[in-house]
Amino acid sequence: MNKFSIRKYLRDMPLPFCPGCGNPTVMSCFLRAVHELGYEDLRKFVFCSGIGCAAWIPSPYFKADSIHTTHGRSIPAATGVKLVRPTLNIVVFGGDGDLVGIGLSHLIHAARRNLDITVIMVNNMIYGMTGGQMAPTTPFKAKTTTTPYGNFEHPFDTTSLIVAAGACYAARWTTFHVEQLREAMKKALTTKGFAFIEAVSQCPTAFGKRVGLKTTKELLQWFKENSVPLQEAERTAEKDLAGKIVVGEFVSRELPTLTEIVHETIKEATNDA
Amino acid sequence: MTKQLPLDTYFMQGNQACAEAAITAGCKFFAGYPITPATEIAEHLAKRLPQTGGIAIQMEDELAALSAVIGASWAGAKAMTATSGPGFSLMQENIGYAFMTETPCVIVNIQRAGPSTGQATKCAQGDVMQARWGTHGDYTPIVLSPNSVQEMYNLTIRAFNLAETYRTPVILLADEIIAHMREKITIPPSNKIKIINRKKPKKTDKTFFNTEEIPPMPSVGDGFNVSVTGSTHNEQGHRYTADPIVHRQLVERLVNKINKNANQIINHEDHNIENCEIIIISYGCTSRAVHETIELAKKRGINAGSIRLKTLWPFPEKTIQTLAKNAKMILVPEMNLRQIFYEVERTVHGTVPVLPINKIGGGEMITPEELLTEITRSVNNIE
Amino acid sequence: MMPKRVEVRISGLGGQGVVLAGEILGRAAVYDGKYAVQTQSYGAEARGSTAKSEVIISDKKIGFPKVRKCDILVTMSQNALNKHLDDLKENGILLVDRDKVKEVPKVKAKVFGIPATRIAETELTSRIYANAIMLGALTKITGIVSEEAVKKAIIDSVSKETKETNLEGFGKGLGLAE
Repeated sequence: MNKFSIRKYLRDMPLPFCPGCGNPTVMSCFLRAVHELGYEDLRKFVFCSGIGCAAWIPSPYFKADSIHTTHGRSIPAATGVKLVRPTLNIVVFGGDGDLVGIGLSHLIHAARRNLDITVIMVNNMIYGMTGGQMAPTTPFKAKTTTTPYGNFEHPFDTTSLIVAAGACYAARWTTFHVEQLREAMKKALTTKGFAFIEAVSQCPTAFGKRVGLKTTKELLQWFKENSVPLQEAERTAEKDLAGKIVVGEFVSRELPTLTEIVHETIKEATNDA
Repeated sequence: MTKQLPLDTYFMQGNQACAEAAITAGCKFFAGYPITPATEIAEHLAKRLPQTGGIAIQMEDELAALSAVIGASWAGAKAMTATSGPGFSLMQENIGYAFMTETPCVIVNIQRAGPSTGQATKCAQGDVMQARWGTHGDYTPIVLSPNSVQEMYNLTIRAFNLAETYRTPVILLADEIIAHMREKITIPPSNKIKIINRKKPKKTDKTFFNTEEIPPMPSVGDGFNVSVTGSTHNEQGHRYTADPIVHRQLVERLVNKINKNANQIINHEDHNIENCEIIIISYGCTSRAVHETIELAKKRGINAGSIRLKTLWPFPEKTIQTLAKNAKMILVPEMNLRQIFYEVERTVHGTVPVLPINKIGGGEMITPEELLTEITRSVNNIE
Repeated sequence: MMPKRVEVRISGLGGQGVVLAGEILGRAAVYDGKYAVQTQSYGAEARGSTAKSEVIISDKKIGFPKVRKCDILVTMSQNALNKHLDDLKENGILLVDRDKVKEVPKVKAKVFGIPATRIAETELTSRIYANAIMLGALTKITGIVSEEAVKKAIIDSVSKETKETNLEGFGKGLGLAE
């Protein structure tokens, strides 16, 4: 294998992320995963993303085809692309607001349909691009610009939700766990069927400073100390898991994919007609 | 392989004619969400598209339906969705996206009585201004208006051809009566039907946006590294939001590529229009009352003529301005509370009186007798 | 002699197949080489609300597609009759399903009572075939479409499973009208 060079996969343009942002970590993990899987370029990939900082990971920085859609609609756009071009690898990047806020129903339905794509959700627990508003992933009681008295609501356990919806592969890691994250991405990309990665990530600009974790270092330390491996979490009482980040591989299985079923149907219908 | 219906005369429903026409036009992808009175299009394509190697999928809502259509179009397929007023509202954001990203696609709206759930099974023409101004920001849509089952067929094909020619979303704005009506229709042999496909880039092309009036469109997966975004973008399609000039040039070009070619797009059917004193401007199901009205008026000594709009936008301003010079009055019957009326009024700019004739509720059409009453009264008022 | 333009309204409850009957009638007229338009009106409920289907048959291209005054009114429920009778032309033809329409006011129009639902239930397994029987009677009484064209239209409009029974119902309707 050639030596990894991130530049090979990127357009020659400056990245838009704030200092200390987790997005470059996720980007680098992904491109390393692609490299380790033997792809010398991104020709076989199409990237779809919606609106938010994480949606900017591929668009337009990846030297590849990318569709930067309306807010929340990256997955249905990916559905159209995948069904028409089933041999391409479709990868969706999005933030928590994009994928489980405004776009949640598409995420669940894509898992239910077993659409053969990989979705990478960067969960920074906040709407970062708009300056730090409460997201469906924001921890209980956390202060944001729209929850000045602390968040009234409890966050989604997105990865468990997606397992229940029928995903073939689902894993959650944080930007502290770069090795595991990269390995999980490799598994997701080689999974036949719907694959989901939740990358819990730091936003020092819009999240950290409001919850008293001002620097990237403090946020990563918090991820490290609060992460509980899935196997351990299964043995732990629910109340003791409050505020913890359960990490690990939640599911890995094989099921017939939407793409296969649709194209088999077309084959049969064409013969019958 | 394209299997289409053999040349023949059929007694067919409007929605079915639309679906068959989509197949003939080369549609290979349909995504929709059930809604009365458009559902038969989805049902028919669910059965017929797979037989022709195409894909039909039911999405979780109309937001997803149009998004999937846009994705499919970028993957190289001619693609369509069909809905009614409430679903059309949900699609508006993505109609703007398709316009901004120059994504050819066809959006069929079978109008029913609103607002809201209104009278879901009853006909209306209340989405005309939604079709014109429904999305946010500056844009110019192409909107077609069929008035028969034959035209559901012909204009669906035209909608695809215009979408592919101008690289833009095209709206087929039909109504419940035309969609559910069954009527005699003749399907011409396929070699007599003109089908237009989008201009593809040369292998060496690197710019797919903003370089010429209608740039070539690559497909994803074909090695062009195309980046598509609804944000203001440069000629490579890269997000470029800081520069006022880039935005101005981009949006002005998108609007102008339709406006400059308006003469090629605009289409209307004129009847007895030379030297008539009353002009009736109508479209869609309402126009079906007009010929009989003109005959009835003739018997009363009133010389009336008709302009029937087959394209609502671009609006045929020049034609109407020219013909209005000789007319004493223009009547605009619509199954809404005045929509195209305002467009006509704006166009003639006070040179001739414009009279609205409006009826809503229960899907009841404006009858030739009702139209005649209005014509007689307005003639008496002039004299 | 048949008039150049005939307007027919078929009315009843949702589920009685009045829309299908109109579709078959219109299709038959096209097979006879005429112009035809069929429109319909129904409630949001799938079953039980009032439903009507209108067919205009003409030698010339048809403009206004809705029936204002009908030459022929077919009703398969009492409510439908009460609702639509005023729209029947004075010298028109009224066909009622005798089992569903108990009271027919005195009218100048020619009235035909057809025991469609009873025959459908007793001789054809289900009342859903009452529409085919009414269509047979309509064809025989009015002659607005040819029997052959209606038969072909039935075959092209209904499912394979119900084709034979529908044709049988149509035949019974033809016989009843004699």
